[in-house]
Amino acid sequence: MSEDDDRSPPLDLRGADIAESSNKTRNCSGVSGSGVPGPGPGPSSMEFQAPYPDQVLENVLENVLQFLSSRRDRNAASLVCKSWCRVEALTRSELFIGNCYSVSPRRATVRFARVRSVAIKGRPRFADFNLMPPDWGAHFAPWVAAMASAYPWLEKVYLKRMSVTDDDLAVLAESFPSFKELVLVCCDGFGTSGLAIVASKCRQLRVLDLIESEVADDDMDWIACFPENGTTCLESLIFDCVECPINFEALERLVARSPSLKKLRLNRFVSIGQLYRLVVRSPQLTHLGTGSFSAAEGPAQGEPEHDYLSAFAACKSLVCLSGFREILPDYLPAIRPVCANLTSLNFSYANINAEQLKSVVLHCHKLQSFWVLDSICDEGLQAVASTCKDLRELRVFPFDAREDSEGPVSEVGLQAISEGCRKLQSILYFCQHMTNAAVVAMSQNCPELEVFRLCIMGRHRPDPVTGQPMDEGFGAIVRNCKMLTRLAVSGLLTDRAFGYIGKYGKLVRTLSVAFAGDSDMGLKYVLEGCPRLQKLEIRDSPFGDAALRSGLHHYYNMRFLWMSSCRLSPQGCQGIARELPRLVVEVIRDEVAEHKDDAVDILYMYRSLEGPRDDAPRFVTILQ
Amino acid sequence: MEVSRKITNMMGTERDLNFKETELCLGLPGGGGTELETPKATGKRGFSETVDLKLNLQPKEESVKNDSKEKSLQPPCTKDATKPPAKVQVVGWPPVRSYRKNMMAQKNTSHEEGEKPNSSAALVKVSMDGAPYLRKVDLKMYKSYQELSDALAKMFSSFTMGNYGAQGMIDFMNESKLMDLLNSSEYVPTYEDKDGDWMVVGDVPWEMFVDSCKRLRVMKGSEAIGLAPRAMEKCKNRS
Repeated sequence: MSEDDDRSPPLDLRGADIAESSNKTRNCSGVSGSGVPGPGPGPSSMEFQAPYPDQVLENVLENVLQFLSSRRDRNAASLVCKSWCRVEALTRSELFIGNCYSVSPRRATVRFARVRSVAIKGRPRFADFNLMPPDWGAHFAPWVAAMASAYPWLEKVYLKRMSVTDDDLAVLAESFPSFKELVLVCCDGFGTSGLAIVASKCRQLRVLDLIESEVADDDMDWIACFPENGTTCLESLIFDCVECPINFEALERLVARSPSLKKLRLNRFVSIGQLYRLVVRSPQLTHLGTGSFSAAEGPAQGEPEHDYLSAFAACKSLVCLSGFREILPDYLPAIRPVCANLTSLNFSYANINAEQLKSVVLHCHKLQSFWVLDSICDEGLQAVASTCKDLRELRVFPFDAREDSEGPVSEVGLQAISEGCRKLQSILYFCQHMTNAAVVAMSQNCPELEVFRLCIMGRHRPDPVTGQPMDEGFGAIVRNCKMLTRLAVSGLLTDRAFGYIGKYGKLVRTLSVAFAGDSDMGLKYVLEGCPRLQKLEIRDSPFGDAALRSGLHHYYNMRFLWMSSCRLSPQGCQGIARELPRLVVEVIRDEVAEHKDDAVDILYMYRSLEGPRDDAPRFVTILQ
Repeated sequence: MEVSRKITNMMGTERDLNFKETELCLGLPGGGGTELETPKATGKRGFSETVDLKLNLQPKEESVKNDSKEKSLQPPCTKDATKPPAKVQVVGWPPVRSYRKNMMAQKNTSHEEGEKPNSSAALVKVSMDGAPYLRKVDLKMYKSYQELSDALAKMFSSFTMGNYGAQGMIDFMNESKLMDLLNSSEYVPTYEDKDGDWMVVGDVPWEMFVDSCKRLRVMKGSEAIGLAPRAMEKCKNRS
C-alpha cells in the first residue's frame, strides 16, 4: 500500500451536502449537446433532484474525475469547491482510512457513497512490540456494520493492525455478494472458524491474503470449506502465517480447480513432499511460499524422493519466492532453475549460512527485493552485493534478537551493499554495532534511498571504531538522500542528530526514535524542521512537555504521535489537548510499571473528526 | 460428575509415579523451610522466579525501574543450567515482532537439541466456559505459569482472575484462602493430566505440568471447587 497522505487538515464535511444557491444566472443550455439542464447520464444524478445550473458541468466533471486514481490528487480536487468536492466523493471508488479513529464509519460512508474497495489501518506500530497492553481497540466491527448497509457492492477489504473477530468475518461474508479480495496484515482476533465462513460464502473470492496475522486454531478445516464443485476464481491464497495444520488433500483439490491461481504461500505445516505435489499442478504460479521446505515429521512416509529440480524448472513464471520455514539446506539446490527470473526472495525464516546462500543468490541477477536472516553474515551480504545490481529493497533480520548476542553482520556488510547495490531504495538492517563511516558511505553510494531503517540492537552504542555517537552517519543520510521519506535511528545519538534531521529531512514522513537524544531540543528540532512529518514514534528518550508544545503548529497535519517512556507529564499532555480540540490525546497506562511519580507511560495522539472514541479500554484515558 | 469419579479412581489405584515429584504440597520455590511445607516437599522446582498467576487483561511482567524508565523482563530460566544467565532484556527491544522471535526461538532449540521444532511442540486445546470457540496453545512456547497466564488472558479477554497469592502456586494448605478463591466468580484454569484427571493449574512445577497436561479448561471458580478438596486429599494421602 502506498503511504501518500493528503497534507490538508480534515474538512468539516457536513458542508459538502448543502445545495448551492439557485440564484446563479449562468446559462448552460448552450454548452451541452442535450440542451436541457436536467438530470444527465450516470447514477449519481438520481440523488440530486433540485435543478442545478451547474448540473451539466458536474456531469462532465464526473466523467473526468472517475479516471483520477491517486488519492492525493483526489484530495486536492475535492478542495476546489463544493461542487468538485461532491463529484469527487461520488467518483471515489477506493477509500483509504489511515487511522480508523480519525473518522467514524458513518461519516465516511455518508460522504463516499460509491466505494468498492476499503483500506483501514488501526493500531500504532509500536503495539507490535508489546509496548502497549492488548485490546487497545481498532475494531473492525463498526466498520463492517456500516459498510454492510452502505456498500452492498463492496469488493475489496484491506486491513492492517485491526482487531477482526470471526463474527466480523461472518458479517463480511454474508453482506457482500460481489466480494473479491480480503487482505489482513498484522491483524488478530479471529480464527480458522472465520476463515471457514469466508471460504464457503464468498463465491467470487479472488484473493485471500493473511500476512503476519495471528490466526487462532479453532480446529476448523477452513481449506475444505471452499466450494467443492467447479472451478474457483482464486488468484491469490496466502496463509504462511497460519500456525495450525491444514487439510492437505483439500488444499490439493482446491489448487487443482483454481486455474487462475498465481500466488500461493503455504504455511510451515506443508512439507516439501506436499509442496512438490502442488507445484507440479500449478506451474503458472508467479508467487510461491514454500512452507516448511523440509521433510514431513514422523516415520518414513514411504514417499519416493521427488524430482524437485524439474518441478521448479517447470515454473517459468515464478518471480517471487518465500517460505523456507524449516529449511533443510540439502533441498536448496532445487530452486536454482528459478533464480534467474526471481525479483523477490524472502529467506528471512531460513537459518542458512553464507555458503548455502551463495549457492543460490549468485544466480539471482534480477533480484529487486531480498529479505534474509543475519545468519548469512557479512560474507553473504558481499555475495548479494556482487550479484544483485538491481536490488531495491533489503531487509536483514536478526536470528538472535537480543542486545548482547553475537553480531554476524556489521558495517562490513552494509558497506558492501552500498557499493554493490547503487539503486537501493529501502533498507532495514539489524546489527549489534555500526560505524559512521559505513552509514556515510551508504548515503553517498545510494542516492535513491527512500527508506533507511538501521537498528543497532545494543542500546546507546557508539561507533566502535571512533567511539563517537552515530550523529554524523544519520546526518549524512538525511543530507545526501534527497528522496528520504522514512527513517529509523538507533545507537548512541545526541541532539545533534536531530538537528540534522530537522535541517535536512524535509521530505521525511515517518520517523522512529528509540533510546536517543539528550534534551527537549532534540524533539524540537524535528517538530519544527520537518514539514512533511506524518508519523512519529518515540520510545525511551528524554523529551518532555516543552518539546511536546513545540509541535502544536503541526499536529493537525500528522496521522499520529507516539511517545512512550519519555518525560511527559499529565499536565503537559492536558495542555496539548486543551489547545487542539480536534486532537484525541490518549494517555495509556502500562500497569506493569508502578510509578512513584506522575509520569505518562504512553502518549498516543491523533487528529480526529469524532472526538474521544467510545470503545477505549480502562487503561486508556482520553484527555480533554 | 465425571470429574469426581476420575479423582476417586485415582485415589484408589496404585500409581507408579514418582510421588515426590507429583505431590501437591506446595511451599516456596527452592524448598525453603516454612510452616506451610509438609515434610515431603522437595526442592525440585522447575523455575526460579516467583510468579503471580494473576490473569489480568494486561501482561504482567516483573519490572525493574531505572533512570531511563525502561521496562525489563527477568531472564527466562532455561533448562540448561550451564548457560550463563542472559542479560536483562528490555520489553519490545529490539523491535522484532513476537511471531518472528518465536520462530527463531524454535529454531534455536531445535538446533541445540537436534530435533525438529514440530516434535517438541506441546499443543493442547484450551476451552473456556462460555466462549464460543476453542483455542490451542503450545505449552513449549512458555517458560512459566506467568507467561501461560498472560497468553490465556489475552486469548480470553473477559477473564478476571483471583489473586493466587505471593507464591507461584496455589496454596492448598491454606484452606480458607483457597475456598475464597474457588467460591468467587473468578475464573480458574484447570487441566486434564496424563491420567485423565482434572486438576487446578499451578499444582506442580512448570516442566512437569507441560509434560502431563493434555488439555486446558478455564472454568468458574465455583465449579472448580469440586476439584480442590480431592487435590488436597491426594496431597495428604501421599504424606
